[in-house]
This record gives sequence, C-alpha cells and structure tokens, in this order.
Amino acid sequence: MPEPDARITSVVDHLFRTSAGQLVSYLTRVLGPAHLDLAEEAVQDALAKALQTWPFSGIPDNPPGWLLHVARNRALDLVRHRGVVLQKTSEVVAELSQPRAAPRLELPEALRDDELCMIFLACNPALSRDSRVALSLKAVSGFSVKEIARAFLCEPATIAQRLVRAKRQIREQGLAFELPPSHQLGKSLDSVLEVIYLLFNEGYAAHEGDDLVRQDLCSEALRLALLVADSPVSQPKAHALVSLLAFQGARLAARVDDQGELVLLQDQDRCKWDSRLIALGSRRLAMSAEGEELSQFHVQAAIASIHAQAKDPSATDWEAILDLYDDLMALNPSSVVALNRIVALGKVHGPECALDELSAIQEDPALRDYYLLPSTRASLLAETGEFSQAANYFAAALGRPCSEPERRFLTRRMQECRDQALRLQKPS
Amino acid sequence: MPQYIILLYDDPKKFAELSPQEMQEAFKKYHGWGQKMREQGRLTGSNKLTDGAGRVLRGKSPMRVTDGPFTEGKEVLGGYYMFNADSYEHAIELTRDHPQLEYGGTVEVREIQDLSQAARNA
Repeated sequence: MPEPDARITSVVDHLFRTSAGQLVSYLTRVLGPAHLDLAEEAVQDALAKALQTWPFSGIPDNPPGWLLHVARNRALDLVRHRGVVLQKTSEVVAELSQPRAAPRLELPEALRDDELCMIFLACNPALSRDSRVALSLKAVSGFSVKEIARAFLCEPATIAQRLVRAKRQIREQGLAFELPPSHQLGKSLDSVLEVIYLLFNEGYAAHEGDDLVRQDLCSEALRLALLVADSPVSQPKAHALVSLLAFQGARLAARVDDQGELVLLQDQDRCKWDSRLIALGSRRLAMSAEGEELSQFHVQAAIASIHAQAKDPSATDWEAILDLYDDLMALNPSSVVALNRIVALGKVHGPECALDELSAIQEDPALRDYYLLPSTRASLLAETGEFSQAANYFAAALGRPCSEPERRFLTRRMQECRDQALRLQKPS
Repeated sequence: MPQYIILLYDDPKKFAELSPQEMQEAFKKYHGWGQKMREQGRLTGSNKLTDGAGRVLRGKSPMRVTDGPFTEGKEVLGGYYMFNADSYEHAIELTRDHPQLEYGGTVEVREIQDLSQAARNA
C-alpha cells in the first residue's frame, strides 16, 4: 500500500522542526515559562527517540501525537528525577500523564495557541532585540544554536549567551506565557513584528553558503507572520508585514543566477518570480488597508507591490515609488531609507539630481560601513557617463564589509566601468 | 537465498546534538534505507534495542552481573536488520549506503547460518 505511506512520509517531511516549536511551546505553558530549558530538553529527547525508533518500527499512525506523548513522558521523568519545584505540581503531572491521543495527523489546535503565546514570550519587549531574535528562532522555530549562529554569521557561544540571558530574564522578571492584554498589545505586537522582519531580512541578505538555512529563515519568518496576522491579537500592520515578506520572498529564486551570481532587480527574469507569493502579497496588502494606522510595513509592502506588478523594469511606476519613499521617510527617517529614496529619485528626476541629494548623506556616520552608499554613487555616476569616477566608487564600496557574491558583483561592475572609461579615452 | 544480519552500533547520545532539521534529514536517510530494502522484498526483520537498560551475565558460580559493555564503551548495539542477499559481498554492497556509517556509527555484517542446509551437508 504505497499511498498511505507516501502520505505519512510527506507529513513527516516537515514534522521534526514544526513539532519542535509547537511541543516546546506546549510544555512551556504546562511547566511554566521559568522551565523553558526543561521543555526544550524533553522535546529534543522525544525527537531523538523518534529518529532512533521509527526506522525500525515504521512511522507511527499519528507522528505528532507520538511525539507529544513521548515528550510529555520525558518531561515528567525530568521533573521527577531532578526534583523540579513546580507551582501546581498535581495539575502538571495530570496534564503530562494523559494517555496517548487517538490517531490523527495534526497536533491539536490548542498547540497553535501555545505557539502564539511562545512568540509573544520570546519577543517580550523586556528582552533585548538580539535576545528576542535568538529566542524566537530557538524556542518557536526549532533552530539549533549552531544554525542560528550560522544564519547570523556569529559564534555559537554568542548565541548561547543571549539565550541564557533571555531565559534568566524570563525567570527573574516572571514574564508571562500569555497573549498580551489589550493595553499592552500595541507595543508587544510591534516587538513581534520587528523580530519577524529581522529574521526575514537576515535570510534575505545575499550571503554565500548555508543557503538552506537562509531560505529557511525567510519561509519561517513568513510562517510566523501569517500565524500572528491570522490570530485573535492581529492588527492590520501584521497583514502588511505578511504582504511585504510575500512580495520579497517571491523574488528569492530570481535573485541569483545559475552560477550563483547576484542578479539585480532590473535584470531578473520575472518569470522566475513566485506568482503564488505575489498573489498572497496582494491579498494581504488589501487586508492591511483597514484601520487608521499607517505602519512602515504598509509603505514597504506598497513599494514591493509596485515592483511585483511591473511586467518589465521599464514599466515600473517610479513616481509612485518615490512618493511612497517620502511617506516612509516621514515614518522612519533612517539613513538607509534615505539612500533607497535617492535611488527612486534618480529614476524619476535623473542621476544628476540624485547625486546632488546623495551629497547630503555622504558623511552620515550610520552609513560609514554601508557598501551600498559608495556603490549607489558609483551606479549614478556611471549613468551620467563618468565611468572613471564610477570605478573609483565601486572600489571604495569594495573596501567596506560585504558578502562574497556582493564582492564579485562590485568587482565586475568596477571592471566594466574601467573598460568603458578606457574605451572613451581612446580616439576612435 | 542466504540471509544476513547487520548489527548497528553507535553512541546513543549522538542524536541529542542534532537540530530538529538535522534529525529530520537523518531520519529521511534511515527511513529511506529500510524502505528501499522493503521494496526489494529483502527485509525479513528489524528491531531496535532499548537504550540504557541491560546487564551482562558472566560465569555460572558465582555468576557475575555487570552493567553491559555499553556504559564504558562509547558504542552500543542499538538495533539490527535481517535481509536476503545473493552473497556476503552483495550484503556488504547493500549495507554500504546505510546512513549509520554517515553518522559515525559502526555496522557489523554477518551471514546467518542456514541450519537446514548444515544438517543436510552433515
């Protein structure tokens, strides 16, 4: 009977990671947020047991139910063996001692609520931003310390430290495992959306190697954004974030060519854009239009939607994009937004105009290490025919931190500009 | 057709270090190997041994009972598969891509003595 088995195998395809987050969330609710470590350990052991048992026994009828049962038992063992002091021991023991659930392929709906509470706990505004990001990936998304470190290009010890600190804060400050009460919702939701946005950006950044981990970050960010947007504590800006991530995610496959080289938006093969994600982005952008608040996610999603709708680069409505960047500057007057606005300005009013404005942020300390500042100037100079100067600015961009694919891209552009400059010097 | 048994030895704690995603990938490989053998109609039995609980008995009087070799040794007999193959070489060939080897474990390949054959030859 190949059919049922194929069905189960496809369920199992994503089972370990999704179950990890859901089961850790569930056990954290049962044991209390102070025992998050214990919850993680019990779940890790349950997953390892599945890995060691299922190849021999075959996949059980209800894999998530099996994991839930084993994780409960393991948690109970750990509580007993370590003499863990719980708040309501008898209730916890009763909860963990439940018989195995009837065969069913999905975890109970209630676990999804636990997952949502876990997101809000991990993103509690009392925690530092770095801790929130690390804890969300670890406890909600089932990433290991090593995987988080790889994704954020830092040492595993650094991530481990952030997690320890976050868990200590949860214990010492008695942070609650609950959906935020309405008077705190705005701040809590902003914190959650910010973390999801950071996760996505980190995955989206054009780094080399570990492509799988990075794509996972993007799809995980989108999954979390959807979970929050479709929850009882959602607000229109959550739909705006889903929309933004869907539009950006749609272009992921087109951003790199077969040789692994970066492809700029204007040069991408638009057939490779994911039409289903673009449709999702459009639907959610419409849903985000309710209410009074205009968040920066609204504006960014709107910008992304204009790019997504353009059949080819020349059809891009740059004037609308420039207007939106003006809105974005009003909401979030950051140096990076200013730089992006100047790119749009160049498309609408020409490179000279953009170069003038660029001078105003040339010395901005926030952009000192940002390679896109000199490389934007270089591109604009090349458009005006100043190839020699453009080559110098590409060289300057290469002197700032960037990833290997970006480095190769800048080197290629620098060489092209040098060649152009030489050709223009020679009398023909 | 001759029958073979492969004995899988490994460190039972090794999977504790893997991330859920890495476990997922490991499981796919383990499951895939068993599935392949099943589809070829070769698999005649497989079992996992429980972790941790076990004793080794030695001698008669006095009998010595020790906590198995698994507490000292890093590698423990964790499970086995029995299957049909044309020859010992073929059995090795079929075992070569068992993920146990990729994940740092050891696999012992043994032929099961066909006792009816042995009796006839005697």
